[in-house]
Amino acid sequence: MADHVGKLLLPGDKLENLSVSEKTSKAVLGPGLRKDEEDIFVTKPGILRHKEPNIYWIDSHQKRYVAVKGDSVIGVVTNKAGDIFRVDIGGSEIASLSYLSFEGATKRNRPDVKVGDLVYGKLLVANKDMEPELVCIDSAGRSAGMGVIGRDGGFLHTCSLNLIRKMLSPDCPLLKQLGRSMKYEITVGVNGRIWVQARSVIQTITVINAIDAAEFMSNEQIISMCKKLGEVFVEKE
Amino acid sequence: MRDTPLSNCEREFIKKAISEKRRIDGRQAFDYRHMKISFGLERGCCQVEIGETRVMSQVSCQVGEPKQARPADGTLFINVELSPMACPSFEPGRLSDFGVEINRLLERCLKESRCIDTESLCIVTGEKVWEIRVDVHVLNHDGNLVDACSIAAIAALAHFRRPDVTVSGEEITIHPASERDLVPLSVHHMPICVSFAFFEQGKFLLVDPVDLEEKVMEGRMVIAMNKHREICTLQVTGQMLLLKDQVLRCSNIAVVKVAEITELIHKALENDRQERFKGGKFGFAESVSLDKVTANQKIAEPVDMTTLDAQRAASYLEGSESSDMDSSIVSSEEDENSVVILDKGVGGIGLGGVSRWNVDEEMEELAGEQQTTQTGQKVKQTHMVADHGSSSEEETTEVLGNQATNQKQKDKEASVRKKEKK
Repeated sequence: MADHVGKLLLPGDKLENLSVSEKTSKAVLGPGLRKDEEDIFVTKPGILRHKEPNIYWIDSHQKRYVAVKGDSVIGVVTNKAGDIFRVDIGGSEIASLSYLSFEGATKRNRPDVKVGDLVYGKLLVANKDMEPELVCIDSAGRSAGMGVIGRDGGFLHTCSLNLIRKMLSPDCPLLKQLGRSMKYEITVGVNGRIWVQARSVIQTITVINAIDAAEFMSNEQIISMCKKLGEVFVEKE
Repeated sequence: MRDTPLSNCEREFIKKAISEKRRIDGRQAFDYRHMKISFGLERGCCQVEIGETRVMSQVSCQVGEPKQARPADGTLFINVELSPMACPSFEPGRLSDFGVEINRLLERCLKESRCIDTESLCIVTGEKVWEIRVDVHVLNHDGNLVDACSIAAIAALAHFRRPDVTVSGEEITIHPASERDLVPLSVHHMPICVSFAFFEQGKFLLVDPVDLEEKVMEGRMVIAMNKHREICTLQVTGQMLLLKDQVLRCSNIAVVKVAEITELIHKALENDRQERFKGGKFGFAESVSLDKVTANQKIAEPVDMTTLDAQRAASYLEGSESSDMDSSIVSSEEDENSVVILDKGVGGIGLGGVSRWNVDEEMEELAGEQQTTQTGQKVKQTHMVADHGSSSEEETTEVLGNQATNQKQKDKEASVRKKEKK
């Protein structure tokens, strides 16, 4: 089925002759593909992607986040319940976040988290049968940039999951180019949430609009758009 | 199901932006989002899009008995459905408080303003009348449902045709469409709701709030008005006190908005009529542009939105020493806000850009001797200053905005021409 790589497939399409690894004679199926007995079916409309030697997945347009273990996400604290916080990460279930999973937190030294705060964390547990669990420390107990964000301003914006993946891919010039025209701080969660803080309200709005606009742009278009923005801001400052 | 919670930082940011006279999507305080009205294949089927908000309405009729109290009047029934598809917090089946509010508001707006002539719906007094039913379905919720629902309902009523009836003695004949032409309802006037969101105890007001702004706002006022400047309904909800000036100001804004929207509805109706008359193609499927995969996405604007933003940012930075209210009050002299025909049966009012109508001036004229408040005078002064200072920027902004719209128009024209050739 190598000839279908890079082509549009629809749910129900059957895949055959996947290339498998030589050692284990297995193929890895990513999002949008599913094995039903002996056949492999497409479950999402999108483009079939392949990575050597044996990884396959479907690139589809999606807005709803499905929790995956190890993802870095931005959540909104909705509730404090005993020793855990309830955090909305945009998935079907609300995630839980223990107050001990912050840097330097002990039973006595509780972290300062309020309802309505934004937290940036990693998913420790995520599967279809259990409540997802979030942590704000790495395995060494350090925060590594995670924790409560957005205390002193900034704006949370929600966009499609594709755009997030596009922004985070190493060959996307968007964030770097934008940074040349204005200074801003950004946190990107793969659950489709972006927190942006720039010097002023208008700059924050501009960054968000530029990110939104970039969804269907090629790299060249992104660069030219950022340059246009840059001209305006650099001239005036 | 639960809705996405609002974080503190979003709330603070929106409040801050509004106090600086900015909005998160780059619009001015009194701008509507991009509006699109399209009609379906069937009579009385209308879909309204305001930005991402999308509402569809269908009018139907049947013969029934009149009410005892009004034996010679037909009946008008309005039903609003909020499906969970529109917003996860809407529950299926039972209508929520919000749904009831919209339903009642529409009923008051359409029934009690007597915009439909119910007497002409009578067939036999006391026995048989037409029952007109308007079903309004919310397809997507991104704020300002009231406006979208009211536009969809009245446009669908104006688009609807009922079968003709003849009465001879005891015999009543309902003629099918093949036998006799269908007859339109007699619509006396078109009441249209315009909603305003208030912030900081009514200090700031926004037209056409998006979902996020609706979550932050302190109160809302809905004015239903027709183009003859008659107020049909006025409703204030929320916890805030409103000054008399604000109400007056809102009604002045509503006058302008209602005139624009009414014109848009008429253009859309006229387009649809012509297309049907010519035997051309009409309906929802035809009004969707097929030239790209992402046709259903809102990405038509983003590029010029950013440039507009940048322009506005520039004016903001420049004018920051003198005042922080300049660019939002700058209003262009040329009126480019005329209704644009996008496609068959579809019209649109532009979005973004500089404020294209002079509410402040008008308000001040009307307020006249009443001596406007201090802020009002300040506004006037800065207005003058800003007009001089940023005329060049204004031009460039417009040029950029025009380019985008021109491009769109050109595309449309080209496609129309192609079809004509065929």
